[in-house]
Amino acid sequence: MRPSPPQPIDQAAVPWLLAVALATASPHGEHLPPWLSVLFAAALLWRLWLWWQRRPLPPRWLLALLVLAALSGIAWQYRSLLGRDSGVAMLVIFMALKPLEMKTRRDAMVVIMLGFFLLLTHYFYSQSIPTGLWLLASCTLLTAALIRLHGGSQPPAAIIRQAGLLLLQALPFMLILYLLFPRVSGPLWGLPQDAHAGRSGLSNEMAPGSISNLILSGAIAFRSHFAGGIPEKADLYWRGPVLDAYDGLTWRASIPAAGRPRMVPVVEARGTPYSYSSIIEAHGQRWLLALDVATSLPAGAVQAPTLEVLAREPLRARSRFAFTSSVDYHANRSETAAALQQALALPPMINPRARALAEQWKSRPPARIADAVLSLFRNEDFHYTLRPPLLGADAVDEFLFGTRRGFCEHYASAFVFLLRAAGVPARVVAGYQGGEVNPVDGYLIVRQSDAHAWAEVWLAGEGWVRYDPTAAVAPSRIEQGIVAALPQDEPLPAIVGLDADWLRQLRYRWEAANNAWNQWVLGYNPQRQRDILSRFGMANPDWQGMSAALAVLSGVALLLVTVWTLPRRRRADPAQRAWQRYCKALARRGVTRAAWEGPIAFARRVAVERPQLAALTSEAARCYAALRYGRGDSEQLLVLQECVHRLPARWRTSP
Amino acid sequence: MRQLNVLQQWLFGRRRDEQWPLILGQRRIFIVPSAAGMLFAVVLLVMLIGAINYDLSLGHALIFLLTGLGLVAMVHSFHNLFGLRLTPGRAEATFVGALARFPLQVENPRRQQRRALELSFSAQPVVAVDLPAEGSASITLPCLAQRRGRLDPGRVTLVTRYPLGLFRAWSYIHPSWSCLVYPKPLRTPLPPVSAASVAEHRRGDGGQEDFAGLRPRQPSDPTRHIAWKAVARRTDEQALLVKQFAGGASDELWLDWSLTPGDRDSEERLSILAGWIMLADEQQACYGLRLPDQQITPATGSAHRAACLQTLALYQTEETRDAA
Repeated sequence: MRPSPPQPIDQAAVPWLLAVALATASPHGEHLPPWLSVLFAAALLWRLWLWWQRRPLPPRWLLALLVLAALSGIAWQYRSLLGRDSGVAMLVIFMALKPLEMKTRRDAMVVIMLGFFLLLTHYFYSQSIPTGLWLLASCTLLTAALIRLHGGSQPPAAIIRQAGLLLLQALPFMLILYLLFPRVSGPLWGLPQDAHAGRSGLSNEMAPGSISNLILSGAIAFRSHFAGGIPEKADLYWRGPVLDAYDGLTWRASIPAAGRPRMVPVVEARGTPYSYSSIIEAHGQRWLLALDVATSLPAGAVQAPTLEVLAREPLRARSRFAFTSSVDYHANRSETAAALQQALALPPMINPRARALAEQWKSRPPARIADAVLSLFRNEDFHYTLRPPLLGADAVDEFLFGTRRGFCEHYASAFVFLLRAAGVPARVVAGYQGGEVNPVDGYLIVRQSDAHAWAEVWLAGEGWVRYDPTAAVAPSRIEQGIVAALPQDEPLPAIVGLDADWLRQLRYRWEAANNAWNQWVLGYNPQRQRDILSRFGMANPDWQGMSAALAVLSGVALLLVTVWTLPRRRRADPAQRAWQRYCKALARRGVTRAAWEGPIAFARRVAVERPQLAALTSEAARCYAALRYGRGDSEQLLVLQECVHRLPARWRTSP
Repeated sequence: MRQLNVLQQWLFGRRRDEQWPLILGQRRIFIVPSAAGMLFAVVLLVMLIGAINYDLSLGHALIFLLTGLGLVAMVHSFHNLFGLRLTPGRAEATFVGALARFPLQVENPRRQQRRALELSFSAQPVVAVDLPAEGSASITLPCLAQRRGRLDPGRVTLVTRYPLGLFRAWSYIHPSWSCLVYPKPLRTPLPPVSAASVAEHRRGDGGQEDFAGLRPRQPSDPTRHIAWKAVARRTDEQALLVKQFAGGASDELWLDWSLTPGDRDSEERLSILAGWIMLADEQQACYGLRLPDQQITPATGSAHRAACLQTLALYQTEETRDAA
């Protein structure tokens, strides 16, 4: 094998490669700094113009200068050249500038390999279904460019069709590898700082406005699938962080989750427990948003003394967890003194009017005090709104006696403050309330717009009891969801506001597809791989077994593709087949037709060499000639087919 | 190096192919990843590490799809050659320094097209051909004729990288092909007829040739032929003129080795002879060829010309020496 000399690129292939550059890099325009996108577009347009005008490519020093300038620009923009985003930006720049020095086929191959690599980088940012479709489309384009590069000029449609065919044949391999390639759970090494940028969700404190911002987002927080029935909507309280420390402005968890004493809460569950699994989107925190209150936990999770379920590590990727919960329970009937102490703590001096109000209730039993606050919210002129007026230093006073407009965090906050001021241990619980069942796949979808805050009161003999003061003001918030609870003129949370029936149906289908996608494609991790394989009869598969199965299945697929592409002979038409059969029969009797011999000439020769076969052969030849070269009819075909059987038996004629 | 040769011998064989048409079967087709294919594999590996590290499920899917694409491309590259029918034709003789052309009929009996087939003799220009479905092409493979004699161009390498360039599939075809390579004709004027006949045969003895005209003298003309009178008549200081003779029995022109300048090497003398043959053929003269150990009696026509040139081509080559 000799190394081939550098082959100049076919000029007509250049647009294909520019299309590759555009298709693989342009989706990054969404998060690249604008100057980079402009540079990218300018470089491609420049190359296109050079191609159009048949001008020579720019000199190397100019390109080197451009690369240097762009790299320093990236270094300045991202303060580093090593992160994920700056790496992507560098790849985009190379993709923009490489076509400007693309002279040989080898350069073109570099562009295409760069294109494959750039495709991978899109999945840092999104792995949605559209990105998946973009993967297929871009792969087709890249394959087509390769075919154009190595197969010469053809109509574009033919090239695209060929590329599609190749990918179609590659699909079985993808499926086999996807199922069986032994998955390694990453990361292999420390990820860059920006690997998990931009996650939204509940935070571990409730500052004014934090929940209302969340409510306006239509993003999905998690999906739950119940093995049996789904609890009543009013019972769907998904517990997030428990906030028991108040500084007059913000509610926080008194002790960070990591530092909590290892005290197991005592839960007495009643009624039938619900078992379900949740696919929780990455939110960068440890809580797992179990239905109140969890009675059995997924492997590796713990239940905090404040009842929330915590994962060992912050949730960096969408993950699935299985729980059992009971909605009818007694929790921590005997509570530690420290916890009760914490549930009574209030900052001094603030909210004097609220304190005075609570002072009047101090003599009543705790449950009656809670009822009093609820009836206050119910009977007085309180309103549920996502656009409450701003509150000052004495936030609870201003809310209770002034504005009286707010949403869950105001009501929960005021409720807990009043109870604590009246000497009843109480705390705020943040989480989600409700959810929407997707009729398509039966999953309960809980969105950020279902974010909610409620209260818990410790009653002697009963333990922690949930009170939802918001329900007192806007019962529809709990019964029907946020849209029903909001006044007409309020801005509706994204997506949730779409009420047209067909749109809702469309959304259900789309979300069900997304859910399937998440589980089968994105959530396909080592655990899931083991589950699937054991369902296929590979109990406890190890990587050796998987590799063996992988090799066997790939071999079978390769064989199938080989057979698929095998040269197929055109099937001879019936007349030809009959004639060939006749000639073969004659050959067995000693007269072989030469390849160049026409039917009539052959018949003439047979008449000389085997007079006893003359009549039959000439009839067969005449029929065949008529069928093949004239306007033969089906009768002649029958005669021709019969001729073989009318041949005398071999022993009589063979010499 | 020797082991490598043995390996090559074992893998690819060096025997000539005898059966025509030759149908490429899997025993004859070799396939390895090309440089681009290696690069592709490395890129996939790096991508796989990235996808594992960042836990990108869609990245895994992409890599697996591309792996499948590579495997499929291998099958397609193989099938681009598999089942091709090849029939070599006869090569025409040529001159040293020109291209010998070896015709080859390439047939595609399949219902899919085949593209980007590249055929060449080793270290010779490459001929690329696309074959439509159930189509065929007649190609001629060039091979530079560097030495006089019989040219064996060696085996043909048939390469394809179609469709994706990730694999190089190839096959060797080795027909019993050869073509004559004549000496490169050196254009010098024909030797005078009389000189030829007088020098060796004494035919005509000076009286029978008809004077046919004058032409400028060339260095190879004998001094006896200079038309001194005509030169003396001319006032301009032009080159010397020589008499030309034509017609009669003397149109039996003898192209004789001994008439070529003796101070040149033998290859050059053969070239001069070849030039004479071409010139004599153009003038439709009746000429014979005389070499130190053989001669061809005068005749005309292209067959005669070919015979003469062949004699020159094979003059004192291994082939003729072996035959002797």
